[in-house]
Amino acid sequence: MFVRLVYESFRRQTRRKMLVAVAVTLGAAASTAMIAIATGIGDKISHEFRNYGANLVVIPDEDTLDVQIGSVNLKPSANGAYLEESALPKIKGIFWSNNITAFAPELPVNATLAGRDVTLLGTYFSKSLTFGKETFTTGAPATFPWWKVEGAWPSDDSTDVLVGERLASRIGAHPGSQIQISGVPHRVSGILSTGAGEDGQIVAPLSLAQSLTGRPGLLRSIYVSALLKPEDAFARRDPDTLSPADRDRWYCSPYPQSIAFQLQEAIPHSHAEQIRRVAQNEGNILSRIEGLMLLITIAALLTSGLAVSAAMATAMFERRTEVGLMKALGAGYFTLSMIFLTESVLLAVAGGLAGFAIGAVLAQQLGRTIFGSQIAVAPVLLPVVLAIAIGVTFGGSAVAIRRAVKYDPVLALRGEA
Amino acid sequence: MRRGSKAGMYFRMLYRAAMLRKGQAASALTAIVVAAAAATAMLNLYLDVQTKLQREFRNFGANIILQTKAGEHFTSEDLQTVRDIVGNRGPVVPFAYTVARAANDQPIVVAGTDFTLVRKLDPWWSVSAWPKGDGEALVGVRAARALGASPFILSLHGRDIHFQLAGTVQTGAGEDSRIYVSLEDLHSWAGIEPSVIEVAASGSSADVASLLHQLQQSLPAVDVHAVRQVTEGEANVLGKTRSTLLSSAAFIVCTAALCVLATLVGWVFDRRRDFAIMKALGASDRLIAVFVAGEAVVLACVGANVGFVAGVGIASLIGRVNFNAPVSARLDILPVVLVGCLVVTLLSTLLPLRLLRRIEPAMILRGE
Repeated sequence: MFVRLVYESFRRQTRRKMLVAVAVTLGAAASTAMIAIATGIGDKISHEFRNYGANLVVIPDEDTLDVQIGSVNLKPSANGAYLEESALPKIKGIFWSNNITAFAPELPVNATLAGRDVTLLGTYFSKSLTFGKETFTTGAPATFPWWKVEGAWPSDDSTDVLVGERLASRIGAHPGSQIQISGVPHRVSGILSTGAGEDGQIVAPLSLAQSLTGRPGLLRSIYVSALLKPEDAFARRDPDTLSPADRDRWYCSPYPQSIAFQLQEAIPHSHAEQIRRVAQNEGNILSRIEGLMLLITIAALLTSGLAVSAAMATAMFERRTEVGLMKALGAGYFTLSMIFLTESVLLAVAGGLAGFAIGAVLAQQLGRTIFGSQIAVAPVLLPVVLAIAIGVTFGGSAVAIRRAVKYDPVLALRGEA
Repeated sequence: MRRGSKAGMYFRMLYRAAMLRKGQAASALTAIVVAAAAATAMLNLYLDVQTKLQREFRNFGANIILQTKAGEHFTSEDLQTVRDIVGNRGPVVPFAYTVARAANDQPIVVAGTDFTLVRKLDPWWSVSAWPKGDGEALVGVRAARALGASPFILSLHGRDIHFQLAGTVQTGAGEDSRIYVSLEDLHSWAGIEPSVIEVAASGSSADVASLLHQLQQSLPAVDVHAVRQVTEGEANVLGKTRSTLLSSAAFIVCTAALCVLATLVGWVFDRRRDFAIMKALGASDRLIAVFVAGEAVVLACVGANVGFVAGVGIASLIGRVNFNAPVSARLDILPVVLVGCLVVTLLSTLLPLRLLRRIEPAMILRGE
């Protein structure tokens, strides 16, 4: 009898049920999309921040001072400590290797060009490295996305070079021309523009820089671009003073400090640290944006909750005559409440499921159009959204149901309630 | 019948209709208030977040760098020109560089600057203590290890000078290998003048580009360039955040508006008996439509205004919690929200009314 009552209610009042179901579906869709966006935005924006380039740097442990003003490196290239090029693939072997989006080694050496001292910077452009079974390609264009080249990037095994735009306009170099670097002719494959010191330098494949100094297999520093979690008080603690459990948690969080620590472990005799200009500001803005989306999501949940409640309450008011009739036929408070609550739960589940599907599609579409990659909707979100939908429809109908069951059947049936 | 009493009757009907069905009128109004509040808050945030985030992005430091040709330096008039052009759009910080030798003959870069301005320009510097007086230096962490104990001696062209170590600076970049002293100290010691001016200009990328152009025009002998790392990264992140916010706003506002629609459609259908009675008493379809539209307009106006106030409150709360600065209320949103509310309420009341019009009053009153 109970099942039949509920079934008939859905069959005979399809229009009313549809209106409520549409409201619930929309609410659930907006909630799903917003929760998915709020949880996914940190990751997406973090990727966008990689446009700021490297946020970690690895230098030799043995301290040497850079003596560089603007684009001029005044340090004789003979002395100082170096890192081993052969250790580079190990960067992809660290715990957070998936968070490392790109890296580039650098070796500045002094060279002479047209009778003047210039700095020649050796680096990778599009170098394939193998770690274990994994092969990956990295280099300066991926690490410093704002570097622009007029012409072509040199290949890593060639002796072609890039000339910074300021230097190029001084010596009149252009893509395809030949220049004499320390007496040896090299082809200029392109003109580099970075808006920074490299504009006054020559940028060349790492192997060329190494052969100029006679130091094969060595490099000065590694710039690493990694997806980081904003630094907090826990991140700043010294890992050596942490308890084993805390230390594991520290090690397994992508904080700037812990990834630097892991890089230091991977590269022998090295010291890794965050480039504060990028890492700190990135962390700050990331937490701001995440916080903003979180607050907006809460506001969105409240909005859809209230809006669905209002729709639900109106739908309930419509049914006073029905309630009056049932009461006149002897239905008690409990039976009536059960019928209406069952109906709302059914509506909530149906609307919640449909809304979840729509919301997931919306979130993915948004991810694809704005960020060019999908925003994953975690399956664990489904029970959450369903629970919210049930809670909201319950809340919306509860007040109306309470009032409905209190109606005097006579007044309700006469339409005077 | 006098005109006044006709209008009086109209308002009496509106008033009684609301009073007799308090619950329904209240839930319809709730839906509209919620939708208006959501729309106001989202629009307000969307318009304000750009400014808020741009302020955060200025913490990335200089986005314009002016550099003299080798061997030349900025005169104090040049510096004043730059300051006049930039105005209050951000800090203008001069830097002077030279290479001195430490006691162990180690070459080391010494930079002269204005510490109060650098603090504003580069807030990411991790500094143990800022120099307060003359003869005090801020030393990069790597330079500090090379220098040893304080006070230390630096020599340039045979002239020695003692500096007190006030504190260390750590940035993870070139600053770590340098020594920072005040411009005055550097000038009196070695006669070095600023050769680099860094500017952290606020505003959109177009603002920064026009400022760059202005600076290039007024100082033609100087190399003025944008720090592409900062300008391009900022445009990217800002643009994507705004797009996300706009889409989210669209989701939320659409949901709330459609829920208003569902609520009002249900309400109008529920009152078909009332309309049938009005029709049976001789009201024309037009009169009923005007009556319902009147209700809708009242609901929309009240809802939009209450919602606007609530929305501004929500936006400024979010601003305060997240950015530590309230989001300024923008009155120009009010008309937009008001028109939106009117459109939604009129649509969602007059459309179901058209459907009801076809039905004979007798059928509705019989409950069919």
